[in-house]
Amino acid sequence: MRTLRFLLQKEFRQILRSRSLLISIILGPVIQLTLLPLAANFEVKKIAVAVVDHDHSTYSNKLIAKIYASKYFSGGTYHSSYEAANKMIEQNKADIILEIPQGFERNLVREGHEEVYVAVNAINGTKAGVGSGYLGAIVADFNQDVRLQWNQPGHFSEAPTIDVVNANWYNPFMSYFLFMVPGLIVSLLTGIGAFSASLNIVKEKEIGTIEQINVTPIKKHHFILGKLIPYWVLSMFVFTIGMLVSRFAYGIVPVGNIGLLYGFLSAYLITLLGAGLLISTYSDTQQQAVSLAFFFVLVFNMISGVFTSIDSMPDWGKALSYLSPMSHFAAVMRMVVLKGSTFHDIQPHFIAIIILGIVFNTWAVLNYRKTT
Amino acid sequence: MSNIAIQADKLTKRFDDFTAVDAITFDVRQGEIFGFVGANGAGKTTAMRILCGLSIPTSGTATVAGFDVYKDAEKIKKNIGYMSQKFSLYEDLTVMENITFYAGIYGLSNQEIKDRGAELLTRLGIEHEAKTFVASLPLGWKQKLAFSVAVIHRPKIVFLDEPTGGVDPVTRRQFWDLIYEAADRGITVFVTTHYMDEAEYCNRVSVMVDGRIDAFDTPANLKKKFSVESMNEVFYQLARGAKRKAD
Amino acid sequence: MKNAVWKQLYAFIQKEFYHVFRDRKTLLMLFGIPIAQVLLFGFVLSNEIKNSKIVVCDYAKDYASQEIIRKIEASKYFNVQKATLTHDQIEASLRSGDIKMAVIFPADFYSDLSHLNKAQIQVIADASDPNTATTLSNYLTSIINDYQAEALAQTKKPYSIIPQVKMLYNPELLGAPNFVPGVMALVLMLICAMMTAVAIVKEKEMGTMEILLVSPLKPYLVIIAKTIPYLLISLLNLAAILLMSVFLLNLAIKGSVILLFAESTLFIISCLALGLLISVGSTSQMSAMMTSQMSLMLPTMMLTGFMFPIENMPFWMQGISYIVPSRYYYTIVKAVMLEGLGFTAIWRETLVLAGITLVLVVINVRSFKIRLA
Repeated sequence: MRTLRFLLQKEFRQILRSRSLLISIILGPVIQLTLLPLAANFEVKKIAVAVVDHDHSTYSNKLIAKIYASKYFSGGTYHSSYEAANKMIEQNKADIILEIPQGFERNLVREGHEEVYVAVNAINGTKAGVGSGYLGAIVADFNQDVRLQWNQPGHFSEAPTIDVVNANWYNPFMSYFLFMVPGLIVSLLTGIGAFSASLNIVKEKEIGTIEQINVTPIKKHHFILGKLIPYWVLSMFVFTIGMLVSRFAYGIVPVGNIGLLYGFLSAYLITLLGAGLLISTYSDTQQQAVSLAFFFVLVFNMISGVFTSIDSMPDWGKALSYLSPMSHFAAVMRMVVLKGSTFHDIQPHFIAIIILGIVFNTWAVLNYRKTT
Repeated sequence: MSNIAIQADKLTKRFDDFTAVDAITFDVRQGEIFGFVGANGAGKTTAMRILCGLSIPTSGTATVAGFDVYKDAEKIKKNIGYMSQKFSLYEDLTVMENITFYAGIYGLSNQEIKDRGAELLTRLGIEHEAKTFVASLPLGWKQKLAFSVAVIHRPKIVFLDEPTGGVDPVTRRQFWDLIYEAADRGITVFVTTHYMDEAEYCNRVSVMVDGRIDAFDTPANLKKKFSVESMNEVFYQLARGAKRKAD
Repeated sequence: MKNAVWKQLYAFIQKEFYHVFRDRKTLLMLFGIPIAQVLLFGFVLSNEIKNSKIVVCDYAKDYASQEIIRKIEASKYFNVQKATLTHDQIEASLRSGDIKMAVIFPADFYSDLSHLNKAQIQVIADASDPNTATTLSNYLTSIINDYQAEALAQTKKPYSIIPQVKMLYNPELLGAPNFVPGVMALVLMLICAMMTAVAIVKEKEMGTMEILLVSPLKPYLVIIAKTIPYLLISLLNLAAILLMSVFLLNLAIKGSVILLFAESTLFIISCLALGLLISVGSTSQMSAMMTSQMSLMLPTMMLTGFMFPIENMPFWMQGISYIVPSRYYYTIVKAVMLEGLGFTAIWRETLVLAGITLVLVVINVRSFKIRLA
């Protein structure tokens, strides 16, 4: 235990003296948390429409006006031909083409039905799906208006309607920040923790002090603990900064128990830093450690559910996501902060994170060799 | 047996098809300054790493401070000090912080750390530099400090791997004064070097060529045996036949 | 004379290749990252929301409710679990994350519908993720509308406007077409800019840069020699990504492959120039890494439009996106690869990209001269 005390003293001194590390640890989260949420907004709005109106009638004008009035569509351009409108799509200046055929009004009134043509740039599948959905809804709405105008009461019986009553829990104003900021704190913490831990041992390898450590009677687990604890404390600190930024910049107050959150964080950090140290024991140079850490941080982020839905993944993707510690923390973070989930709710994640933590840390201790 | 600090018998280390250390046999007596000389790449560092418990030998036997290198590497580590070729102090810690750290992990008490630290600084004449960062010390001072730190826990044996590389002759002389002082206190000194004038300072010397020990005696006896004036010439005669190229 | 220069250059490039190819672990990462990304984006990740777990509480158990539930179950968007839960139980399931939504049919659903001509379905969504919540309620609403339309099939509605929707370029609305060009930009940025910066700073750290600069080879040739292996690795990576998207993701390259490679080479040069610029300003590998992360990787991920829609960003942030080279490259790759357009459609982006590259190269040459002076 005494040995550990001296190891910790030394690590803390080194960390507190490295000004660039401290700056990136304190400023990094503040800057990223103020910028990223502004960018990470997946809401689909401001869809640009290119209109080709061959009819130039009252109805076609009304339909177009109705579309432009919607908050989802950001105005649009008129074109004389489909080809001209298609150019706009090719130049990324339009997302959707609406083509109204000649005789639109006449056919609608006389024949009782008429078609309009919608072409959507579907490279971004989400935007295409949601955008065409909105457009369809507006057209249906317009259609209803037309019917009301032409139908005398009693002309045909009103169809029965089913009302869908929506209740949006936990985030009634549907704020995107509320969803993204906790996720981004997780992503940020994972990056900082994994990089600093994975660079740590390898740095001693590069400057040669590891040799000196290896001839001392230090126990392996003491050495690993001595490396782990300082970064654990540091990450706790980073997390606290993140929570403060989210409280004061975005007004996010955790609904659940903050103690529970810190409790889970403690376990998560042991797991994450263990994974970082594992990377460190496998690398010979800082460049290698960074490449490896970069790879894992990237994969962890992608499959974590922070940016995309885990439900939509195939089974093997879900399995992969389950093996990544970040997924569990991201889930718990959002559950506790937004929904006020209790210990009972997050228990499965707790168990998973503890098992992963034991695996990574044991592996790191075993793989750190004092002898060749 | 009790006056033998290190004993090696047919000690061998192979990396794939390359034999770095080829069945070397020797013994080091307690309290002597033992020189391990040889050209670069002769296998000195590898042999030393085995004795320090950093590397496991392929075959042969060796004991250090009475402990077996295969079974008791961790016990050996409690009884030795080591100064590696690469500079081994933390540059971003101060002189005293380095002393405290290494003394601490060898299990010295706070009082011992304080007393021995102060004694060390006085001996090196750097009392006023206790709070200086190691990075800003001149190289010669760094090396003297590294040596003093390596023996702060008063080990039975201290291993020095080319300790004086890159320093000026005056500093080297001062460094050897520190080695003599340590030997006077009963610490066995095992030192590798390729400076032949340093070989002259040793009680006994073994000359390694291509992983083998080709000569092993006191400097005086070796010079007599090869009928030459200096260790330099002894070494030259032996190393001429080397097949391995220095790297 | 000319011959000698080529020989020197060749020797240098050869040395650089040894450096790069002997470090197996780094090399593994250079190829591992793009492969993992394509596989993950292609098979694991999608912006589409499907298989969402919902619970349906049917207190009616009548003809209409069962018909609607059958339709919900048939949809790929929902993973339906049927149970009659109390309010508290629903809350517990939502809180533990077991379900994303609860759909409740009241006891008198069908009788209300047929007698009062009006019935209600209650939907409780976990809106902590607003996007998923909105999308799921939209899906549900359209299923219900569908049911109503079918129920009314006999009584045809007059005055119907029927939108004929056509999805261009990506009829199945897959995630991959959007991501692959983004991954290409990201990977090229990573290899060219970050790895080059680190490699050059490493030589600076070790002091070998000085030796190279006093060699008979002209300084700019030293720099060219250092960057060529990364250029080749990048092109190799590009080919790997394209092959994977064609054969694994079934994403055909609609435009000209040659044009794609030419535009990529232009982008790579701009990345290399960025990497060099970072190496000038950095003193340690660590700081080169951090600078690359903050000034290159982050803007590439955030401001090119492949992860987050640019139009939603604040105005000043959109402004910054105009000087990010990856933004133009991303647009070009989408146009050539997915829309099958020719050079005439992308000459503007190409021009801007070329302009940025030129500026970067000029700054590099300047700073290099200052360094030598």
